[in-house]
Amino acid sequence: MNTLEFTALIGLGALLAGFLGALTGLGGGVVIVPLLTVIFHVDIHYAIGAALVSVIATSSGAAAAYVREGYSNVRVGMFLEIATTVGALAGAALILYLRVSILSVIFGVVLLYSAYASLTEHSDSKKAVEPDRIGTWLKMDSTYPGAHGMESYHVRGVPQGFALMFVAGVLSGLLGIGSGAVKVLAMDRAMKLPFKVSTTTSNFMIGVTAAAGAGVYLSRGYIDPGLSMPVMLGVLAGSLIGARVLAVAKVKVLRLVFGGVIAVLAVEMIYNGLK
Amino acid sequence: MEKADQRMDEIIGRLLQGGVILAAAFVLTGGAVFLARHPTPVTNYRVFQGEPEELRTVSGIFHAALALRGRGLIQLGLLILIATPIVRVAFSVVAFLYQRDWTYVVVTLIVLGLLVYSLLGGHG
Repeated sequence: MNTLEFTALIGLGALLAGFLGALTGLGGGVVIVPLLTVIFHVDIHYAIGAALVSVIATSSGAAAAYVREGYSNVRVGMFLEIATTVGALAGAALILYLRVSILSVIFGVVLLYSAYASLTEHSDSKKAVEPDRIGTWLKMDSTYPGAHGMESYHVRGVPQGFALMFVAGVLSGLLGIGSGAVKVLAMDRAMKLPFKVSTTTSNFMIGVTAAAGAGVYLSRGYIDPGLSMPVMLGVLAGSLIGARVLAVAKVKVLRLVFGGVIAVLAVEMIYNGLK
Repeated sequence: MEKADQRMDEIIGRLLQGGVILAAAFVLTGGAVFLARHPTPVTNYRVFQGEPEELRTVSGIFHAALALRGRGLIQLGLLILIATPIVRVAFSVVAFLYQRDWTYVVVTLIVLGLLVYSLLGGHG
């Protein structure tokens, strides 16, 4: 196989990963890593380097569409980014102390959880009715376009959300993923933000968190241009196509099937790590 | 305040989108140069070796890109991509300064400091 064929093959795989990532809501980065390691036998360091770069591309690329809808909460995002960036730096430092097999197992477990979280039906959890002391002091309460015009909401559980965001940051820096599932968990469950606000603010934060980890990855030599080129372009294109399809088609069955495929890849990673 | 926030969000969104397009253009151009010059053999990615110095540091990448080397151009594109969220945070510092929201000026400065440290900190 020459370089051109290899690049084309990786690019196609990345396109598929980006497409699946957008349809399942997992993000392309988390799908490309098992694809590169399990199927193409790429070392996990190169894989997470290329994945993290593509995570920034999809997050930033989608940001313009998200902010226009008026859901994201910039103050909540900014404040929590302190936790995610510190976490990402810690996670990236942690890689040096973990063996490839252990990294692979952790990745598989996180991927399984993310697939599970994306497949379970979401029911809007109980919203905070009372203003919270810290939330008020940090001017986090805001409004969002709801079913009946602009609806206001309160933000609470800031310390718990902050702690969970640190975990999300560690996972992002350790595994080269956006860890959107944990970010949404922090804002939706712990801080009682409306679900739509949680998901869009999470997308907004993913790029910043990933940039913190990517700086370290770059200086450590995890980001290989020959590999990252088809991965970044493929995932970006795939996620754009996925977002289009998601907007026009009912994809419930597709999501289930793809979720299953991703779960199999996750189990494969855990098995390979334990072997 | 709400209106100023909304406007700020919109500008930030456009900024990020522009950064991604610029980055993708560099990666695509660099990729074409790289593929034209390296038809064979495929780099071995099975064993981690790490990148050479010129593809790991900001100054090294600029050198390689200015020499119009394919891998250098790709890496410059990726560097632009990594920089887009950083520029976004820097922009937010200015926006919060403009709103005289001192709490969030400090918050965004902390995030900006961490990101700049990550990119220029020189890690082992």
